[in-house]
Amino acid sequence: MNFPVLSIITFTPLVAAVLMLLIPAQRKSETRAVALAAATFALILSFWVYFTYDQAAGGYQFVETYNWLPALGIALKFGVDGMSTPLVLLTGVVMFTGVLISWGDDDKRVMAGIQDRPREFFAFLFILAAGVFGVFVSLDLFMLFFFYEIAVFPMYLLIAIWGWVQTREYAAMKLTLYLFIGSVVSLVGVLAMYWVQYQNTGVLSFDMLQMESAGFSRTFQDIWFLPVFLGFAVLGGIWPFHNWSPDGHVAAPTAVSMFHAGVLMKLGAFAALRVGIMLLPQGAQTWSWLIMLFAVVAVVYGAYIAFVQKDLKYMIGFSSVSHMGLVMLGFSTLNRAGLTGAGVQMFSHGVMTALFFAITGMIYDRSHTRQIPELGGMSKVMPFATIGFIIGGLVSMGMPGFSGFVAEFPIFMGVWGAQWLVAVIASISIVITAAYIMRNIRQVFFGDMPEKLEGHMTDVTVLDKVAITTLCLFMIAIGLFPSFMVPMVQTGVENILRLLGGA
Amino acid sequence: MFTSTTFASILPEILILILGMLVLIVEPFWKQEQRRNVGWLTAGGLFAAMLISLLFGQPGEPTTTLGGMVRFDWLGFFFKMLFMFAGAATALLFMDNEKVGDRGEAYLLLLASLIGMNLMAVSSDLVMLYLSIETTSIPLYVLAGFMLNDSKSTEAGFKYLLFGALTSTIMLYGFSLVFGFTGTTNLYDLAGSFQAGRLSLVAAFGVLGLILVGLGFKVSIVPLHFWAPDVYEGSPTPVAGFLSTASKAAGFAVVLRLFFAIFPDPNVDLARGWAITLAILAAVTMTVGNLLALPQTNLKRLIAFSSVAHAGYALIGVVAMSQLGAASVVFYLAAYIATNLLAFGIIMAFSRVTGLEDLKDYSGMSRRNPALALMMLAAFLSLAGMPPFGGFVAKIFVFAAGIQAGYVWLVIVGILNSIIGVYYYLNAMKYVYLYRMPEQDEENHPVQLTRPYAIALAVLTIGVILIGTVFAPWFSWSDAAALNLF
Repeated sequence: MNFPVLSIITFTPLVAAVLMLLIPAQRKSETRAVALAAATFALILSFWVYFTYDQAAGGYQFVETYNWLPALGIALKFGVDGMSTPLVLLTGVVMFTGVLISWGDDDKRVMAGIQDRPREFFAFLFILAAGVFGVFVSLDLFMLFFFYEIAVFPMYLLIAIWGWVQTREYAAMKLTLYLFIGSVVSLVGVLAMYWVQYQNTGVLSFDMLQMESAGFSRTFQDIWFLPVFLGFAVLGGIWPFHNWSPDGHVAAPTAVSMFHAGVLMKLGAFAALRVGIMLLPQGAQTWSWLIMLFAVVAVVYGAYIAFVQKDLKYMIGFSSVSHMGLVMLGFSTLNRAGLTGAGVQMFSHGVMTALFFAITGMIYDRSHTRQIPELGGMSKVMPFATIGFIIGGLVSMGMPGFSGFVAEFPIFMGVWGAQWLVAVIASISIVITAAYIMRNIRQVFFGDMPEKLEGHMTDVTVLDKVAITTLCLFMIAIGLFPSFMVPMVQTGVENILRLLGGA
Repeated sequence: MFTSTTFASILPEILILILGMLVLIVEPFWKQEQRRNVGWLTAGGLFAAMLISLLFGQPGEPTTTLGGMVRFDWLGFFFKMLFMFAGAATALLFMDNEKVGDRGEAYLLLLASLIGMNLMAVSSDLVMLYLSIETTSIPLYVLAGFMLNDSKSTEAGFKYLLFGALTSTIMLYGFSLVFGFTGTTNLYDLAGSFQAGRLSLVAAFGVLGLILVGLGFKVSIVPLHFWAPDVYEGSPTPVAGFLSTASKAAGFAVVLRLFFAIFPDPNVDLARGWAITLAILAAVTMTVGNLLALPQTNLKRLIAFSSVAHAGYALIGVVAMSQLGAASVVFYLAAYIATNLLAFGIIMAFSRVTGLEDLKDYSGMSRRNPALALMMLAAFLSLAGMPPFGGFVAKIFVFAAGIQAGYVWLVIVGILNSIIGVYYYLNAMKYVYLYRMPEQDEENHPVQLTRPYAIALAVLTIGVILIGTVFAPWFSWSDAAALNLF
């Protein structure tokens, strides 16, 4: 047995959460130190996994198996492939930066970070992170589901307790119910798959590699693909089940918004891909037109709604719906280019949107407003954040030289190959995105600062700068050196294509 | 006649009996203010009894002892352990309850009813079964009405007595008809008569229906659930906890043994019809329980209705009529006992300090005692069926058994219900974590835990988490228990 790096990554946040809960409530700085140490440790390990993953060999690596309940075929089986490795890294990055920007300081003027009960905040956030890591590395359906649910419920508490006072109760409950309904719908499908596999092969097992060769009949796949795929895709923000997502973003505290948009939505998309498309490939072929339809509506409609928003966080929330629509669009092509693009887009969007929410949070903490017309001239006081936001904006628009381009170009290529008309319609979103991003940058960061904000605004802290730099580095690195990520994702795509039967 | 197997088969009951006598002897010699220590004695004694039974009283091959009265198998044994665990936790929770804790009778009644429950789980004869059910119920009637000066408690005791007496009479009538039709009272001989079609379908259904009235009362199946919320609300909180967990599980132990003994083959018509009847009852029970829990503002009533709903979830496993189904019911009950006892223990700990039980009184609780709030979170998330707590795994097993048996519609009803559940459980947590006390002076009103509470709640919390994460051993025991039904 090799070094069990994946289980260490997964359980590090959990152990840290327990540790933090044992620290007395008044000792806030110790709590934060533990959080940062654990986040750094997990980040280093996920880097290590990313760079030691053998791309030439491909397939599932770092596999660990522990029998958990042999009587029902449940095993703690971890492993990563080219699709999940970038997502593990993404989670590490978002966790690390999320801790940095939630640090909080005792400067009463700036209500940045988390001052109220940071112990509980970080503990819940880390339980969430453990759930996310767990989903990305699980190769056992039961465990995947187990971690999936662990990633859902802390959201309720994080939003309801530390969220924006005006909408937090409503948004938190709405989010939880949407996600819970989605996940239990998938659960029925997963249990059905489990029993049908048992009938077909006589093996009682939740192992996904086993299930890939379960020989589900065409009819079975056609019936169960939609519930399974859509149930998970709710968390991926698929139209028309996206409604919880912008509300959740707006109500959530900054670090939770980063997690939510940065990794949680990827969790839904990833689970939909892994369970829906990879285990029920024929069902995917039958229904890909519907997914494509939903996705293209999400892409264009999400961009348009983002365009008309006055609230900065709502704008980013809807732009996330639009960008996640591109991921779903990539999935729905079921071809090499589309899937590769979708894989890179998941990472790229995760980093980009985390950055957006981080900077929005920094602005809100100082100005106490998120209304775009009430803001202005931020570049004078927070130049560093301005640069970060502009880089994020360029990624969002899909400019060459940044990760957005590397991701979106193959998606459109793939869509063109599958259905050219859809590609044409989807491309409208690029124009709209460019329009609202540019308008937004001009309004918020340049021009004159409104009078009532004069004197209230201060520059971002050093920790914030570290967070912004970390996130920006990834976007530029992938943009300039696509080989940093594209070949990795491609090894994962090969496996999906094999299951889809060539193509 | 009296062999070592016979002795082993009732070892736990003998030990509890000895413990009860010890309580009786010791109590008068202790001063009034020391009498709460009887709780330590009871809990410790039950724990010791569990250990001794685990060491010397483990069943081997299923056998029948005491002239066909008692079945000695893993099913009964596992349930006995669960009951005794619940009893020990309840004894600890008794200790600092003002009107209960310093009176030795309470512990004695608890032990007496435990003996009844243990025998319920192993009875293999209708006569024995009836006796054990009454042995369980009568002490519980007294316990429910234990606070004499409290009109609500008196009402609870009386209501429980009336309902219990009525339903048990109906069940007894059913038993007598069974004897009249088949000429035997032994459960395992009944199967032949039912299967061979010696009873007409109508007669068989009617008889089973009568018996189900008595058992349905115990496990609070809709429409026999009316007593539950009132009784839980009125009786001392630890008693309510005990009623809603151990007493309910004992009812399920009988349901499992009775129906699997009568219908060893689930494919005969009668068994199928019966399974569908139970499936409908399960669906109605879940739905009614959850819908009625939604508008509750008193936390005890909320938990009362939710525990009605949980009986419905567990019934799904019975309906499946398979080995996995039976194992999942046993597992579900194990998880449920730990979780619900924890929930009632928290309510008890909180209302002991504050004297309040309404949801709104829980505002700001996470600032008054963060540890208690976390335990409450664990209990409620487990009830809602969220990992990594016992309720999640238990629910998945039950649903898996339902789908395996082809009851997809029932599982969908169950899933819709668990969505309702998530709503009101999280809603309750909102008070604990989000809202604040008036004037925001939580710091001046800490909720202190006394030692017995701290121990009981910590053990229960760890239990809930262990059942939800390291579930293999629990499931193998449940599975071994289920195997005895076939």
